[in-house]
Amino acid sequence: MGNTSSMLTQYDIEEVQSHCHELFEQQEILSLYQRFCQLDRNAKGFISADEFLSVPEFAMNPLSQRLLKMVDGLNFKDFVAFLSAFSAKASLRQKVQLIFKVYDSDCNGKVSFKDIMEVLRDLSGSFMSDEQREEVLSQVLKESGYTSDSFLTVEDFVKIFGSCKPEMDVEIPVD
Amino acid sequence: MSSTAGRLVTSRSELDLDHPNLEDYLPSGSSINEPRGKLSLRDLLDISPTLTEAAGAIVDDSFTRCFKSNPPEPWNWNIYLFPLWCFGVVVRYCLLFPLRVVTLAFGWIIFLSLFIPVNALLKGQDRLRKKIERVLVEMICSFFVASWTGVVKYHGPRPSIRPKQVYVANHTSMIDFIVLEQMTAFAVIMQKHPGWVGLLQSTILESVGCIWFNRSEAKDREIVARKLRDHVQGTDNNPLLIFPEGTCVNNNYTVMFKKGAFELDCTVCPIAIKYNKIFVDAFWNSRKQSFTMHLLQLMTSWAVVCEVWYLEPQTIRPGETGIEFAERVRDMISLRAGLKKVPWDGYLKYSRPSSKHSERKQQSFAESILARLEEK
Repeated sequence: MGNTSSMLTQYDIEEVQSHCHELFEQQEILSLYQRFCQLDRNAKGFISADEFLSVPEFAMNPLSQRLLKMVDGLNFKDFVAFLSAFSAKASLRQKVQLIFKVYDSDCNGKVSFKDIMEVLRDLSGSFMSDEQREEVLSQVLKESGYTSDSFLTVEDFVKIFGSCKPEMDVEIPVD
Repeated sequence: MSSTAGRLVTSRSELDLDHPNLEDYLPSGSSINEPRGKLSLRDLLDISPTLTEAAGAIVDDSFTRCFKSNPPEPWNWNIYLFPLWCFGVVVRYCLLFPLRVVTLAFGWIIFLSLFIPVNALLKGQDRLRKKIERVLVEMICSFFVASWTGVVKYHGPRPSIRPKQVYVANHTSMIDFIVLEQMTAFAVIMQKHPGWVGLLQSTILESVGCIWFNRSEAKDREIVARKLRDHVQGTDNNPLLIFPEGTCVNNNYTVMFKKGAFELDCTVCPIAIKYNKIFVDAFWNSRKQSFTMHLLQLMTSWAVVCEVWYLEPQTIRPGETGIEFAERVRDMISLRAGLKKVPWDGYLKYSRPSSKHSERKQQSFAESILARLEEK
């Protein structure tokens, strides 16, 4: 309820729904819009990096800087599209695609050894040395039939994740 | 964490001391932390737990919920009620508001005409002067409360002036102070504000004994702790009122209490305040409105209804740390006033969380990877 729902027309909602591949229901999009307006303090139409970081739970996340590059400055439609991978209705492929995009920071469609190392560095910080990270990564790559010079594509990622969907569901609170 | 996008100002180390392990409160669905045999490529690449936590925080987080204004539901939405509401607006703005302004002005005149002479003339006789000033401050606060038609119900034994005791309460707006002050002249610890509020603070509140702090100053914490201790030891000082949350919260939640008030080696008397949102939401959202606008909003509403409970005084139990004591008192206040507890430090409104939290996550991740590597 509240007055924000009157700012989204039925047409707007349907446009957003088609943009996110129908992964969210109307009520969820309304809740997301309320949240978007809450985070976007001066109604600019997008949420700035600083406003994302004002959510302590997000700022504490080791991958926050990587995700910031993906969500900074998104308008509402793209914001919903980004979050659609976290819907329970999203397919394995859609979820794996988002994971791939997080690794592929230069958006060239290929994830290199270096890209994975960077994510590992974000996740483990100063608690693992670079040598340890290299060792772990080379080892698991070799065991799966890749080398440290391999470039992984989205298809490789889908193959690696196999048939087991990653647990990546976020429930949108609907009140 | 170095930052390229978004300015990350990590909070001072003092904030780290103020709260227990956050991980105990937050849901952690990190499946990678459970060692499940040999490490595979999929396990290493699967960042979904961390991503889910981040997305969950984007979608909804308990910290932002604490500072969300919840105005009362509009009831004027049909053709019969709307004219009635319009009539109400006219009465509120054109009849009640002027009456209230007049009452308040009248109260100020009486107050100033008594306070200034007493303050100047009775400089030598401190005890008498303080006694009169106490009564006068209580009086002007009653006028303030009357100016919003405050309907306050007090439960429990009234505070008494005794040494070695501190009063703590949950914080919703600066009017908390006025509501409590009309019953007892407390000394208070406050953030120094600019403008006319600051003027009031430095003149009138100085007489009941107030301690100032400055959130942005680094060494401030030690100075304030010392001032608190000095005040509480003094026998003739007014009882000290502290809002341990350190910031205004929307009266649906309580944020972490700062342990400063609980380490003064004295009795802590909790006070719970709950506002009834029936006519107006008393939460002062300092991001959205200035205090003047907030006061005007209160003065043009029908009434401010609230309940105050003076709870049983508590002392620190043997073996209890300051933080545990603070949490215990927060439990009491939250229970009494029907507020939900969240594990956040109120100062996160003004600064970013320290890197300690993300470091903890990094540590557990690194440890589990290395542990699984051992399993061949």
